Amino acid sequence: MPVVIVDGQEIEIGANERLNCIEAARRAGKEIPHYCWHPGLSVVASCRMCLVETGQRDAATGAITMVPKLVPGCQTPVRDGTVIVTESDTVKASRARVEEALLIDHPIDCPICDKAGECLLQDYHFQHGQPERRADLQPFHSRKRDVGPTVTLFVDRCIMCTRCVRFTREVTGTAELMVTSRGAKEEIDVFPGHPLANKLSGNVVDLCPVGALGDKDFLYQQRVWFLKREPNVCGGCSAGCSIHTEHNQDAVYRLKPRENPHVNTWWICDEGRYGWHHLHDQARMLEASRAISSPTHGRTAATTPATESIEWSEVVTKLRDDLKSAGRLAVAVSPMLTVEEAWMLCAVARSIDPEAFLALGFVPTRGADESFPGGFTIRAEKCPNRKGVEEVLALFSAGGRSWNDLVDHVSAGRADAAWVTAAYPTPWIDEAGAAAFSSLAQLVVQDLFDSPLMQLATWRLPAVGFAERSGTWVNVAHHAQSFRQAIRPPAGVWPEGRLFWNMLGRRGLYDVNAVRQQIATSSPSFRALAGELPSTGVDLRLHQIA
Amino acid sequence: MNPGDPAITWIEDKPLGLAERLYLPLFVNGLTTTARHLVSPKVTVSYPDQRPKVGNPLIYRGVHRLNRDEDGRVKCVACFLCATACPARCIDIVAAESPWPDRDKYPESFQIDELRCIFCGMCEEACPVDAVELTSLLDLTGKSREEMIFDKEKLLSVYDMTKDAEPMKSTAMGCTP
Repeated sequence: MPVVIVDGQEIEIGANERLNCIEAARRAGKEIPHYCWHPGLSVVASCRMCLVETGQRDAATGAITMVPKLVPGCQTPVRDGTVIVTESDTVKASRARVEEALLIDHPIDCPICDKAGECLLQDYHFQHGQPERRADLQPFHSRKRDVGPTVTLFVDRCIMCTRCVRFTREVTGTAELMVTSRGAKEEIDVFPGHPLANKLSGNVVDLCPVGALGDKDFLYQQRVWFLKREPNVCGGCSAGCSIHTEHNQDAVYRLKPRENPHVNTWWICDEGRYGWHHLHDQARMLEASRAISSPTHGRTAATTPATESIEWSEVVTKLRDDLKSAGRLAVAVSPMLTVEEAWMLCAVARSIDPEAFLALGFVPTRGADESFPGGFTIRAEKCPNRKGVEEVLALFSAGGRSWNDLVDHVSAGRADAAWVTAAYPTPWIDEAGAAAFSSLAQLVVQDLFDSPLMQLATWRLPAVGFAERSGTWVNVAHHAQSFRQAIRPPAGVWPEGRLFWNMLGRRGLYDVNAVRQQIATSSPSFRALAGELPSTGVDLRLHQIA
Repeated sequence: MNPGDPAITWIEDKPLGLAERLYLPLFVNGLTTTARHLVSPKVTVSYPDQRPKVGNPLIYRGVHRLNRDEDGRVKCVACFLCATACPARCIDIVAAESPWPDRDKYPESFQIDELRCIFCGMCEEACPVDAVELTSLLDLTGKSREEMIFDKEKLLSVYDMTKDAEPMKSTAMGCTP
């Protein structure tokens, strides 16, 4: 095994690993500061912040020969016997000079800069900068430029690391951003008439180590140190990207990608990034209600039954009674539900009607899968857990029934009651589609928003959005990720899992981990979910040996 | 706490000396203090008929005000540093893009809950542009809780009211205007 010596500490690296000094030093617990280098982008070695002393140890004699000058750690590969010195006086002086040079051109408008608090220039200045300024620097107002529908460029805050430029060239392949002028007059810009308008544009804001690129959606909304972050999974499409939900006082402010080599590497798409606004939509359903008089079997027209609100504790008992007395039950298990919720819903349905017709809920799709040169794919299927729900349904009934099968089943009059879970952030059903459900004795609809189907329902239950649920989602590539709720649902809304838990007659608070362990031990297809899952998730097929 | 902890040094009271055991010197001591207060000038005033005198308005911590710049615009740049420093969490700011070309951000709304405020002066200290200041107004009353939540207009009006008697502290204290 090759051995690398970092500040006198010997670390072993894999024989076939290709690491640079930054990555090798990180293994030894040493952080080499850097601006322009990013593991997901090409190396330009332009910021000069990662300069370190390197050398080579002779394998035969053990004598160390140092390179007489500093080299950029990001573009220096390590091999057996490489010596890296990250803490010497020369290195420290070099870092302090880089920091000083960067600050000469900087507006130093930290109090009004949205990046303050998570800015590398700030952090490195405190860690590696000089204690005193040699130049008389005064704060000034940074020029501001609109570079696209989602991003504002604060021209003077830029330190020219060109991460954003490389991102648009290498990952999205759209190359909207460029560097204009030269030397001290260098600036990031777009070509006139070609704004930064690709579907991954928001990532340049995350990449920017300083406050030069601002996210219009988040700009001026909140200071970053007020935000709390919860590891979460994006519910926007079946890719299931790992994200951090950043929130304060039960309000989401932004979503950030969370590094996950198995799913999304470092990126998320703009649709996912800005796809949280429905959580705080005023039009959300907030109250559980039921039809005042249960309509009789064989309602002719699609009429809206009058409803009254009902307490959740009553829902738990009365919903079961209503469905039991109605007769044959059909259940649509939404692909927005987590594995745990889907499993409990199926168990509840079977306990009400052992012959219940269980089917996958409506699967929203839009367009086709879209791949980018950098390997990122936006999926056409706009739901996070179709694979997981299908696996759960396979435990309860054979045949893999879809939403269309359920509609046919109900239209043919083979069901007296239907329970449709939805929780879709966008409108999903029209009046014609809902008409199939108009003649049922009982129709339970659980959704985020009002819909034509909701209008027909005898039980109208609010659902919760992605950041408000806990559980496990299985993405399109069978990769399962567990997450906890980031924010509480609006007052008066029970997450689906809590309702199902109570309807199953289980005691205490809804314990999502207990349900997951139960599923993992009872069914071979979910065995990979047993125990504590890593934050990057597991492949569900891991333990399924054919 | 473990009483046997070697890191703890236990200290015993010193045994009483002769003067302390006699009691008389201490008695005289106490009476002297009482007598001194009987003849010294009074510091209490009969508020509200009489108003107390504020010693140094520069360091007095009374009602807040929001300063205006030379163009009459609110000086605050909505950086939230006062809200961050506030231990009572009584400052609520909503930031927005400023309507002026020379400024980025400005407070669309700026509220201080004077009932939650503990008048510690941390907001004044945190402010990078000397926009929020504590005046020497000391009698703060209101008929309802809502009335005691001072919004931007009210805080600016406190400035208009007090600016002649109390100029901006930053200049008086040698800071940049």
